[in-house]
Amino acid sequence: MYVAVKGGEQAIASAHRWLADRRRGDRDRPELEVAQIGDQLRLAVDRVMSEASLYDPELAALAFKQASGDLTEAVFLLRAYRTTLPRLAVSEPLDTASMRIERRISATYKDIPGGQILGPTYDYTHRLLDFLQLAGAEVPAAEIREEVTDAEACPQILELLNDEGLVEQEIDDGAEPSDITRDPPDYPMDRAARLQMLARGDEGYLLALGYSTQRGYGRNHPFAGEIRLGQVEVEIHVDEWDETICVGEIALSECQMINQFSGSREAAPQFTRGYGLAFGHNERKTMAMALVDRALRAEELGEPIIGPAQQAEFVLAHADSVDASGFVSHLKLPHYVDFQSELDLLRRLRREHAQNTSFGQSESHGNPATEGETSVRKSGQGKHDRESGVHGL
Amino acid sequence: MTHTPRGARQRLLALSSRQHIEARWGALGAWLGDFPRHRCVRGPETGMAMLKGRTGGTGNAFHLGEMTLTRASVALDDGTVGHGWVRGRDHRHAELIALADAVAQHAEWQEALETRLLAPLAAELAERQRRDAATAAATRVDFFTLVRGE
Repeated sequence: MYVAVKGGEQAIASAHRWLADRRRGDRDRPELEVAQIGDQLRLAVDRVMSEASLYDPELAALAFKQASGDLTEAVFLLRAYRTTLPRLAVSEPLDTASMRIERRISATYKDIPGGQILGPTYDYTHRLLDFLQLAGAEVPAAEIREEVTDAEACPQILELLNDEGLVEQEIDDGAEPSDITRDPPDYPMDRAARLQMLARGDEGYLLALGYSTQRGYGRNHPFAGEIRLGQVEVEIHVDEWDETICVGEIALSECQMINQFSGSREAAPQFTRGYGLAFGHNERKTMAMALVDRALRAEELGEPIIGPAQQAEFVLAHADSVDASGFVSHLKLPHYVDFQSELDLLRRLRREHAQNTSFGQSESHGNPATEGETSVRKSGQGKHDRESGVHGL
Repeated sequence: MTHTPRGARQRLLALSSRQHIEARWGALGAWLGDFPRHRCVRGPETGMAMLKGRTGGTGNAFHLGEMTLTRASVALDDGTVGHGWVRGRDHRHAELIALADAVAQHAEWQEALETRLLAPLAAELAERQRRDAATAAATRVDFFTLVRGE
């Protein structure tokens, strides 16, 4: 059992003051502005928004600054702020087909309506450190193709190029999705709830799991059917209006993965699909999410569950960095009483062990130790279950 | 998504920057002279909207995450009420949208509102979006598939 501690206010205040001083850094240099972070470190900002599950670039930049660049801490800060706001509205499903495209590529079809748009990408860079940036060199403005007067329509490729029915279709059956922020997650979880959890999942974790499927732990033979990044208008329902209204636009990343065939006696074989969607420019995250989304459909598609990425409860219960860092970090809190009781137990076990040994009964040698080990594990396990039952944010 | 004229106005003002609206709103007020006074009857207040996505872009809806959202409702001196909603936390932006919504309900101000506020903002928005499209177009790529020698 965790026993609370008191005191330490002065030391804690001084520690936080030092932290703020460290964060500010050398006073001879200008302080980093939140607007600069939003402008120049925007991929970090996008990742914070995505994993905090709150779209607000300015607050995400503030969180990133306040956390001294610790992304997991920044996600925690923004997620905590989220809990202070009332929910005023629910949006219409975002129409990614009408996205104002900044980047749009397909690894499966070369010639596509609207074309392949590379956008502001790190792909095809040489990954050589650019020492000109160290020297503070100015960079030229982006090239503009002035003759372009309007964005060419970029329909969803998987919808467009599917006359033969070779790719599984995603059709809206009108089902109202569950909401993990209102209803505690329950297993088995439907795909809508899984996607909600994956969308706020830690990128590194999802990347590792997606990678594991490529290496053979639940292989699903993926192709990047389409990846698109850009701006999408948000439409909401409000009481005072007879129609849905547009309240602005947000940056989104979307990945449509095409995966290995599935079919049955009744249904002809078809490519299956995995889906990734995230706030901001978060391409790697959406690719990883699509791989994991597809892996988690193993049961639905009648595939053997042989890899960790296919086990829904394992994958989803550990995807949230706020949950994960909270439970790992709590080990740093003073556990003096808790540990004292383990010490007492261990001393008693060792005493018993010594007594048994001194009686010279060789057949009982080791038995008490084994029993002792089991009882220590049991007490540890019980504690974990109790404490991990509280999810907080 | 097609909108009524009122919905189209809300969309245009939500997609325009507050600074642009503010500048043109000031000019509009100076031109009208007897500009109506207003008070806020609700908000401005900031909360969130839960955003939905669709599985595969076209399938069943799911909850993607939330975004900050600000709303305001204003009443003019004559009691006309207007509403405004905008992504983010800018109270003044939401208030200006609500104000335009109220003013637009007066036939005698509609033309000035259209020519001195909405039309210039629409032109600015169109130009910004054209530049975005033209910048993206400069990165359009044609890959060649090479025939592999056996």
